[in-house]
Amino acid sequence: MNRHLISAADLDRDDAIGILDTAEELARAEGRPIRKLPTLRGLTVVNLFYEDSTRTRTSFEAAAKRLSADVINFSAKGSSVAKGESLKDTALTLEAMGADAVVIRHPASGAPRRLTDWVSGRVINAGDGTHEHPTQALLDAFTMRQRLAGGPDRHGRGLDGVRVTIVGDVLHSRVARSNVLLLATLGAQVTLVAPPTLMPYAVDTWPCRAGYDIDAELRKSDVVMMLRVQQERMSAAYFPTVREYRRRYGLDSSRMALLPEHAIVMHPGPMNRGVEIAAEVADSDRSTIVAQVANGVTVRMAVLYLMLGGAAEGSA
Amino acid sequence: MSEEWLVKGAAIVGGEPRDIRLKDGIISEIGTGLAAAGATVLDAAGLIALPGLVDLHTHLREPGREDAETVETGTRAAALGGFTAVHAMANTEPVADTAGVVEQVWRLGDQAGYVDVRPVGAVTVGLGGKQLAELGAMADSAARVRVFSDDGFCVADPLLMRRALEYVKAFDGVIAQHAQEPRLTEGAQLNEGEVASRLGLAGWPAAAEEAIIARDCLLAAHVDAALHVCHVSTAGSVEIIRWAKSKGWRVTAEVTPHHLLLTDDLAGDYDTRFKVNPPLRTRGDVEALRHALRDGTIDCVATDHAPHPVEAKETEWAAAANGMTGLETALRVVHKAMVDTGLLDWAGVATRMSIRPAAIGRVSGHGNPLREGAPANLTLYDAAAGETPVDPAAHASKSRNSPFAGLPLPGRVHSTFLRGTATVLDGKVTR
Ligand SMILES: [Zn+2]
Repeated sequence: MNRHLISAADLDRDDAIGILDTAEELARAEGRPIRKLPTLRGLTVVNLFYEDSTRTRTSFEAAAKRLSADVINFSAKGSSVAKGESLKDTALTLEAMGADAVVIRHPASGAPRRLTDWVSGRVINAGDGTHEHPTQALLDAFTMRQRLAGGPDRHGRGLDGVRVTIVGDVLHSRVARSNVLLLATLGAQVTLVAPPTLMPYAVDTWPCRAGYDIDAELRKSDVVMMLRVQQERMSAAYFPTVREYRRRYGLDSSRMALLPEHAIVMHPGPMNRGVEIAAEVADSDRSTIVAQVANGVTVRMAVLYLMLGGAAEGSA
Repeated sequence: MSEEWLVKGAAIVGGEPRDIRLKDGIISEIGTGLAAAGATVLDAAGLIALPGLVDLHTHLREPGREDAETVETGTRAAALGGFTAVHAMANTEPVADTAGVVEQVWRLGDQAGYVDVRPVGAVTVGLGGKQLAELGAMADSAARVRVFSDDGFCVADPLLMRRALEYVKAFDGVIAQHAQEPRLTEGAQLNEGEVASRLGLAGWPAAAEEAIIARDCLLAAHVDAALHVCHVSTAGSVEIIRWAKSKGWRVTAEVTPHHLLLTDDLAGDYDTRFKVNPPLRTRGDVEALRHALRDGTIDCVATDHAPHPVEAKETEWAAAANGMTGLETALRVVHKAMVDTGLLDWAGVATRMSIRPAAIGRVSGHGNPLREGAPANLTLYDAAAGETPVDPAAHASKSRNSPFAGLPLPGRVHSTFLRGTATVLDGKVTR
């Protein structure tokens, strides 16, 4: 594996499957009475969050703590960061704290990549601007494999031939970017569906298909992933009204009926119920939204374990 | 003024070796086997003599941002790059939108004495794009401003642009436009293309430059005024300018050294040295720009030298300042991009880095072919010096934000003369 996890493209197929398999093993260990593993004892993981995201931060925090790491939460609010300290100065502070890994969430694309120039620990991208969110893609892939390739023989397997349709604001979605890259690495066939205004420029160079017609794609999907659409996009003329967006790209129960019987519905959260996804779809038994949250912790444990486990052994 | 030089055996714009005598600020004699006759002899065998370079687009940062550059350090860098005149852009603090500020900049240049500093006046008050600055007062000032620009910002209001183009006709002025449609580039970070899309950086579409250039060409034609297009960066812009010139309209254009050599994929690791406005484009754009510079569609090279302190670039991409230094590398970059590729000979370089920019900027005393009686503004360039990597730490500019750091470039500026006085000798400033 690469030293850092900045992009899903940092993972080759063996790396990605290795993370999913490790997560499976950790999930099995989770079932036992001892919920804490000593693997990362003595190591420090810093959560550096420049955006409010309780969900992602607590997921990383729980993952690190279950591996017995020391966790420091460094949030932009109420710290020197809020007073305009530069990313570099913050990085130097973390360095002084002896951070073995920095989990960073930042509103600017590329901030985690810049951070790698200034810290000696591992850097894990927990979402940067409209760039990537690789651990989200890993937990999504984990969830897909769990639901679609059931049974113990899924160990060592990718997602070959699985048809995944990602719908919504692809242009601004770090989740979509990471998923396209990771799912392609794992052998899935990805199709993006968005209004043309929210489709990235040069999407034809990405390892996926792209289209505008959600109904046509749903009929041939094993997975549909709905992306959050922010209402602010309306003011920048990406689409006329929320009502029209919902009508053309929202997933309601009549659209869900177009999906093959076995297909699952995913959403990286937080959802806009009644906009990109209807409440009855989000709460249906096809929805994996709750499982995604639970899987987030195990997948992040696997990432920390594989990236830092060697360091812990070395220092012991 | 009292210096007297005999430059021995220089190849004038790459021609046969000649001796050039510099006396009383002019080229007093050109010949072979000239006697020193009291002059200091400079052995220029193997060097190319070019008319002193003229930059239409330099950010000297003074007044206001002396942490990034001063007139003194910027003009020293210019002399080391082979320049004898530079146009100081107006986006200082305060903005150069009054006679007072342009005269201050002009005087600082005069005191520094490395190159002639020609201040550019702002088109609108405070670069605000709302109200015309007192263009006439700046034109009539001691700085004798002829080039006006809101560079950094586009004069986006079409009516204001039309009026500005018309108004400066009274004193033979030219409006230098930073062509960037503001609505199409809100939050734009990098050329809208494959790279920006992958990096999740907001795109800066080529059409946002081209739309303004097309509009401005039509306006310039309509009022028969002089338009100069700053830092042309796209193949589409080249097509529009070519069309405007074919109509005989008074449109001129510049390209930067970085747009002749670098492409947007360099931003792949979010290295902020490559953040510039207009952004680095694609290989196809670079090719189109090189050919346009060769065929004259683009008149000249202008550096857009944009120094920034370290902290302005040591940030995440979106927070980083736009711009790159360029004065000390411009000629070497042109050597690599245009001469080594066979697109231009040295006479062609002289036209595009001295003669045309001096004409566009209405700079008297500069941009004259090297012949007897001409002002002794010249640059000696060692084109045979092998490629050496660029080391920004060695630059005279106060700032280090060179996109060429570590890149091997050919050639070396040997000496620069301003009105017969050496400002640079053997690659070092004379004081
Ligand atoms: Zn500009």
